[in-house]
Amino acid sequence: MTEVLDTSTPMGRPLKRKEDARLLHGQTNWTDNIQLPGTVHMAILRSPMAHAKITKLDVSGALDQPHVVAAYGAAELGDLNGAIPCVWPVTDDIQMPPFPALAVDKVRHVGDAVAVVLATDKTAAYDALEAIDVDYEPLPAVVDMEAALQPGAPLVHDGEGAPMSNECYTFPLPGTGIPYDEAKAKADVVVKRRFVNQRIIAGYMEPRAVVASPMGMSNEMTVWSATQIPHILRVLLSLVTGLPENALRVVAPDVGGGFGGKLQLYREEILAVQLARHLGRPVKWTETRSEDMVASHHGRDQIQDIEICATKDGKLLGLKVDLLADMGAYLQIITPGIPLLGMFMFPAIYKMESYDFNCVGVFTNKTPTDAIRGAGRPEATFAIERIMDELAAELNMDPMKLREMNWIQHEEFPYATIAGLTYDTGNYEAATAKAMDLFGYDELRAEQEARRASGDPVQLGLGISTFTEMCGLAPSRTLGALKYVAGGWEHCTIRALPTGKIELITGTSPHGQGHETAWSQIAASILGVEVEDIEVVHGDTGRAPYGMDTYGSRSLAVGGQAIKKAAERLVEKAKVIAAHQLECSVDDLEFVDGAFRVKGDPEKAQPLAAVAFEAFSAHNLPDGVEPTLQAEATVDPDDFSYPHGTHLCAIEVDTETGKSTIRKYVCVDDVGVQVNPLIVEGQVHGGLAQGIAQALYEGVEYDEDGNLLTASFADYLIPSAADLPSFVTGTTVTPSTTNPLGTKGVGEAGAIASTPAVINAIVDALRPMGVTDVLMPASPQNVWRAIEDAKGGAA
Amino acid sequence: MTHVPISVTVDGTVYDGEVEPRTLLVHWLRDSLGRVGTVVGCDTSSCGACTVLLDGRSVKSCSVLAVQADGHSITTIQGLAEGEDNWHPVQTALKECHGLQCGYCTPGMVMSTVDLLSENPNPTEEEIREGLHGNLCRCTGYHNIVKSVQHAAEAMGGAK
Ligand code: FES
Ligand code: FES
Repeated sequence: MTEVLDTSTPMGRPLKRKEDARLLHGQTNWTDNIQLPGTVHMAILRSPMAHAKITKLDVSGALDQPHVVAAYGAAELGDLNGAIPCVWPVTDDIQMPPFPALAVDKVRHVGDAVAVVLATDKTAAYDALEAIDVDYEPLPAVVDMEAALQPGAPLVHDGEGAPMSNECYTFPLPGTGIPYDEAKAKADVVVKRRFVNQRIIAGYMEPRAVVASPMGMSNEMTVWSATQIPHILRVLLSLVTGLPENALRVVAPDVGGGFGGKLQLYREEILAVQLARHLGRPVKWTETRSEDMVASHHGRDQIQDIEICATKDGKLLGLKVDLLADMGAYLQIITPGIPLLGMFMFPAIYKMESYDFNCVGVFTNKTPTDAIRGAGRPEATFAIERIMDELAAELNMDPMKLREMNWIQHEEFPYATIAGLTYDTGNYEAATAKAMDLFGYDELRAEQEARRASGDPVQLGLGISTFTEMCGLAPSRTLGALKYVAGGWEHCTIRALPTGKIELITGTSPHGQGHETAWSQIAASILGVEVEDIEVVHGDTGRAPYGMDTYGSRSLAVGGQAIKKAAERLVEKAKVIAAHQLECSVDDLEFVDGAFRVKGDPEKAQPLAAVAFEAFSAHNLPDGVEPTLQAEATVDPDDFSYPHGTHLCAIEVDTETGKSTIRKYVCVDDVGVQVNPLIVEGQVHGGLAQGIAQALYEGVEYDEDGNLLTASFADYLIPSAADLPSFVTGTTVTPSTTNPLGTKGVGEAGAIASTPAVINAIVDALRPMGVTDVLMPASPQNVWRAIEDAKGGAA
Repeated sequence: MTHVPISVTVDGTVYDGEVEPRTLLVHWLRDSLGRVGTVVGCDTSSCGACTVLLDGRSVKSCSVLAVQADGHSITTIQGLAEGEDNWHPVQTALKECHGLQCGYCTPGMVMSTVDLLSENPNPTEEEIREGLHGNLCRCTGYHNIVKSVQHAAEAMGGAK
């Protein structure tokens, strides 16, 4: 495939980002930078116990402390104590226990919020927490999901009417294709594995923060929050607090990363709004990092029982997936839905006759889980790509060959998958060929053989992950069918201002993705203006009232369509005005390089900026045309789009120490048409780092009493530059057919694909020693243990 | 709590103030001086987001007390090259090589890099990775940060 780069427009060019100048000069507007007169700072007393009855709570001591303005427990808060709603009740009989902003009578995880202090000085607010008198009566905690489901297990929720079980829901996907048992009966080989996809954190570098500021005597309230979802937050805050939505403005100023962790309505946001309203003054809260570790949602945390069956030649027949998914102690806004986003992706790029899926959501005394980069798809991709390698080993077949035999061929698109999706486009052959080439697969296999033969203590392993994912959340109807409460559309308004500048108002809400640059590129290409002349307005419900925000690799796939449509509508309207000015018919005009020109008479032309001024002055507009030049579009996507890629990892494993070192990481991603390849590459890099981190370094750990062992950045290992390699990246371009720009999503791709590539590589290195799995993170201890266990098993 | 007088030069301006002895330099910069370009990412001196130069050497301003800065000179991201058109080569390189995404780690990453290059004007990839190991970035995967540092080294005349 040859890619022709059209250099006449900014579309597709690796432009340097508009965002960078202020970010590089410290001219930023993080939520914590906001200092309003009269602000009171909020500090929260959190439970040190995983499960306990609150037998005494007296906040009055805090009131005597310097600078303290108010202090509340749930009792003092009364009706102001809002509850976090779960907006994705995945089944009719799901258990949705109350999730109050401040715990009532009981705490259910370490970090659960117990009381709140407000003081005019931040340090004083934290100091005053110590003056709160609180007693707990410890209750037995459930930490392990399987133990939680045992009869007689301590109950996380046992309030009136609560079923006597920690089961949140059971979701069976009605079997698709032939019944699994039939597929299995035809099979020569059946491989069954249990994988654990461990709990991780989002790890955005900017801690969460919120400032709520009431406006005088009116109902009006402005809320700044370090959030990915200002628009959704506004709706939810209004529903929870009863503040009229039309009086509530939510702003996401500069936001320092999200990765799903800021796709949330958090209790601190509710408390800040309620208390700001109650006290009539601004309330500010910025978490400490240690607070973030217990109070911000975690992600993943699944036990996956996977069974795959195939013929002896390697043709896949069926896949059976049984999940236990840890909800934690409460349901955050979309906690139960996360594993179901993965449900569709277990069959991945492979053709098979049968697919069976069941998921049980489980309550435990741990921090709630919810979306983290990939949200359900990394878990699914991990399981299928791991078990494909296990099957290949069982069949004594090259793992890439097994994949090639079973994947959807490029001429078979659009392809209706066994999980009920229709993949738009893809070319797994092309991406794989390119990746294999960049990797040097055959040479590395030869080296592996040599090291095995010589008994080198440092073994080499090669890991493959050929992934796809669904992105562009989402067709609203599909979301409705899945019982998700909201829709998945996106909005854009474009205004051509009288001075010739363009204002592009988007409903997406970037926090590092470079929307200001990329959105300008799309619009500039259609409007024929300079990228610099476009100002992208986002993340403020006051200035950008309609939107569905940024997550699920949706912003370009869905939001991009809205930009294109709005820009085209603007040109359409401008054309009518230009025709009137140039005294010709609309059909006589063409729009070239930002100007309307009379066909055959290029001297007669009117630039868009001039039309914008005419629309503003309105002195001479055609009949029936309203003043001002703007257009808007709200687009609901027809379907998802499916980026894919081939990731290859070569890893050296020291069999004596268990230490794994990535030698080479190659990936070729196909994310459809690219608006800005520089940004695409950056997104891939960041995703790779996060996925590799899950494979090698990160994991939230609790002890058996539910105490968080990884309670700070000193204990939870976010990799530094010294822990990661450089990457070799490439792309192929197979345009999507589900949107007119041909784009797919890229925000999550690297994080979804890389984890299994790394673990497959480690297992590949150690397979001759009898190792068939290694627990994540594959720390030296875990790898060493896998080796020892294999030795024990062999003995 | 008693307050202690301090006098610190921050980005070329002398600030005289009174602080609690326990006040961290980063909080004094942000909350008292409004120099909010320097940010806080953790509470265990792990992330490096708060890195500034103290008399030209990088320090994590969350692990220095404001009183310890008394009589010293601090350079923050806001003073490295003031004004939108005034770019330090490290800043330029990060833009050129797309070495930042959300930008939250960036102030610390820039200041650490400035120090790194003053110590070692021509670092290898490994030396860059080791040299920046105290600065966490969640967005970029470091690939482009490493490239940026190499680019800056070259621009500053270090790299051959
Ligand atoms: S704020 Fe993390 S090291 Fe200073
Ligand atoms: S650019 Fe976001 S943390 Fe580094």
